[in-house]
Amino acid sequence: MSNVLFRYTNLILVTLFILSLLSFLLAYLFPGQAIENLTGLRIDELTELQSSQIKYAVDGNMFIQYWHYMSELFAGNWGVSFSSGLPLYEDVSYYLPASIELSAYALFLSFFIGLPLGFLAALRHHRLTDYSLLSISLLGYSVPVFWLALISILVFSLQLGWFPLSGRISLVFEIPKITGFILIDILLSDSIDKHAALIDAVRHLILPTFSIAIVTTTLILRITRRSVIETLNSEFILAAYARGLTPRQVLMRHGVRNALIPILPLLAMQFPTLLTNAMIVESIFSWPGIGNWLIQAIYQQDYPAIRAGMLAVSALVVVFTMSIDLSIRLTDPKRRRVERVAI
Amino acid sequence: MSILAITLLSGCDALLQSTSDPNGIVYCSEGNPASFNPQLDTSGTTVDASSHQIYDRLIDFDPVTGDIVPALATSWLASDDGRTYTFQLRKEVAFHKTQTFKPTRFFNADDVLFSIDRWRLTEHPYHDVSGGRYPYTDSLDLGSLITQVKRLNGYRVEITLSKPESSFLANLATDFSVILSAEYADKLTARNQKELIDHKPVGTGPYQLSSFRKDRYIRYKKHTEYWRQIELTDKLIFDITPSSSLRLAKLLTAECDAIALPAHGELEVIRKQENLILDEKPGLNVGFWAFNTSKPPFDDPKVRRALGMAIDRNVLIEAIYYNNAITAKNIVPPTSWAFQADVKPLSYNPSAAKKLLREQGIPDGFTMNVWAMPVQRAYNPNAIKMAELIQAYLQEVGIQVNIISYEWSTFRERLTEGLHDSVLIGWSADNGDPDNFYRPLLSCAAIKSGTNRAMWCSKEYDLLINQALQYIEISERTYFYGKANELLAEQLPLIPIAHASRYQAHRKKLGGLVINPFGGVRFGGVKKNQ
Repeated sequence: MSNVLFRYTNLILVTLFILSLLSFLLAYLFPGQAIENLTGLRIDELTELQSSQIKYAVDGNMFIQYWHYMSELFAGNWGVSFSSGLPLYEDVSYYLPASIELSAYALFLSFFIGLPLGFLAALRHHRLTDYSLLSISLLGYSVPVFWLALISILVFSLQLGWFPLSGRISLVFEIPKITGFILIDILLSDSIDKHAALIDAVRHLILPTFSIAIVTTTLILRITRRSVIETLNSEFILAAYARGLTPRQVLMRHGVRNALIPILPLLAMQFPTLLTNAMIVESIFSWPGIGNWLIQAIYQQDYPAIRAGMLAVSALVVVFTMSIDLSIRLTDPKRRRVERVAI
Repeated sequence: MSILAITLLSGCDALLQSTSDPNGIVYCSEGNPASFNPQLDTSGTTVDASSHQIYDRLIDFDPVTGDIVPALATSWLASDDGRTYTFQLRKEVAFHKTQTFKPTRFFNADDVLFSIDRWRLTEHPYHDVSGGRYPYTDSLDLGSLITQVKRLNGYRVEITLSKPESSFLANLATDFSVILSAEYADKLTARNQKELIDHKPVGTGPYQLSSFRKDRYIRYKKHTEYWRQIELTDKLIFDITPSSSLRLAKLLTAECDAIALPAHGELEVIRKQENLILDEKPGLNVGFWAFNTSKPPFDDPKVRRALGMAIDRNVLIEAIYYNNAITAKNIVPPTSWAFQADVKPLSYNPSAAKKLLREQGIPDGFTMNVWAMPVQRAYNPNAIKMAELIQAYLQEVGIQVNIISYEWSTFRERLTEGLHDSVLIGWSADNGDPDNFYRPLLSCAAIKSGTNRAMWCSKEYDLLINQALQYIEISERTYFYGKANELLAEQLPLIPIAHASRYQAHRKKLGGLVINPFGGVRFGGVKKNQ
């Protein structure tokens, strides 16, 4: 077990190292001065600062520069944005939770819908229910997310007027940022009308969450269905039937658990896809998340922001997927043997 | 189970209802203000965010009649020679209380002196804070017009001018002549944080700034001790939404109560909605195509005339303004008394234009650039599209056009440096006086302050518009402006294209919002009805 732990930690560290190296090199690959791209400050502002308090290792070789870059990164000095002049660390810690929140709700929703429907399809294997669920899921899987988001705005916001189309919460509510997760922050705050704020936040959540969740739901549905069918065809299920258990008992005692074990790691792997979709949907719903923020940064050629955003998002994805993978390996006896790992 | 179902159902019902807070007004604005001090910036976005929300002026324009009415000054008196003005100030006017500043006194003459001297005197300790450029007052050269601002007593101020100027009072009533707090400035000097005066503003206006997040929002809260007895909401929020279609969408879903600059193509949509109101007023603005007259061959009036004849302005108005504008004849709109209907307009005549160009030695295939501003303004809702149309027109007379656009603040900086050949831009007046068009747009002094986009300097023109200011009688002033109009029609440093109507869209529930023809939006007295 310690062997597994060691190998995974190693892998995470190496991947993160490569990412940090890449983000450092980006500063050189982007147009303009590398030092400007790293700090977000213009040369003349830098010289002013340099004389007073900060020392930059501009003249050192690349390794020394990288070393300084990393130590600043860990100290929380990510530089400032070209366009807003705000510290990037603060910006990222403001926008990233919004994306994580949206993705997390969408993932939860997909589980909630996808799993039961997958079981239903498998149990009605080769019957009308199965076929119709399969075709619906194929449709959901093929629909482009941004199109779906736009159509849902058109129908539910503009024509029916049910839901708002932009932002996390009406700006009338002033929610102090504590955790960065809006629903939690509303519950933690005390100065406002919590009930109204909560309803308003949920109203803002519904459309983007559904738009993202649809693709993941169909994926989960298909994975579950296949796994359940395979499990129900295995010999231990036949043996259970032979022991005289009712179909219900077979499913509950042997089917569900054995079908879920192989699919859980697959489902956790949906998180990166989900985050990617979330980033697209964010810019459509003006959701103040990291995707929207990154796209704005690209428009405005805000190189320090692109660098920091890319590093934050990729580090999050790497750490998240690998930790899930690790925890599954540690808990699943069948897979505890060390194999070559992959992301 | 059934209880759960009922709560779920009622929950659904609640979710589908928009629960907008009656104590907050959300205004979808079009961009980020550069600062919260309109003295520093003529951009409409900065003015909207600061001028009538955070500050007051000595005197105001009545938005309906255009008359000058008392504000922080309760009365004023002009001397017989028109060179001295005495203002009696309002008593017991409170400044905003912020987290870092607690005013200890009411507004008085010191604040007036500070606010005017800041831009007037180059040696003033606050003059160079935030760049030291005051585009509006610099372009009108008000600094050298005012020779003295004197405190007679705590509530009486005397302003002496170097020469009589009939537009002086109108200039004091514009969005840019705001009154800052001298006490706050002293506090900031003591703390060595002078630059905060323009970013954490303190004024006497109906709302005070509570927070600003770039590209996201500006939040204001009610100034509880506001001196005017008008209705105020607890919260005023500017939701910064650069895309005009998104602003409209948010208005439709009631996420905004009012929006800035509805696009001309979308006006029909707003008119058709029952719960929306579209206000319309003829605008005091002009959209034009200015040539950089400091650069050959655009220093030649004949070349400028030929280029003007090569484009069909009526088509531009149809395509860009959707006919919500009128073709411009002078640089002032027909609502102004300086307007002259009998000036001979340029007519569309490509073959004559081509001939004239060849005569002036402009070869076939000559390349010039047209700068198109990246933002939409009432006077030009889509400069880039207009530039494309002009590109097609000029192609017909054998001129290649490169269209150039930068981000807005860079764009204006480079224009001021004079890097352009020609530019599509415009002007919205800040007061009802025609001087507000003639001087900032084309006087020699306005080249330096960056509002004279044609870089045109004519002694004759400057003399005419200065003479016009020495008379009080409108009939006498009309004579000089008429002369100026003729000179402009002959010299054509810029080709006026359109005077666009001004539109403002808001939800029916919002009461009291009127179009301010003389500049920025005003939220004092605006109330959301239930």
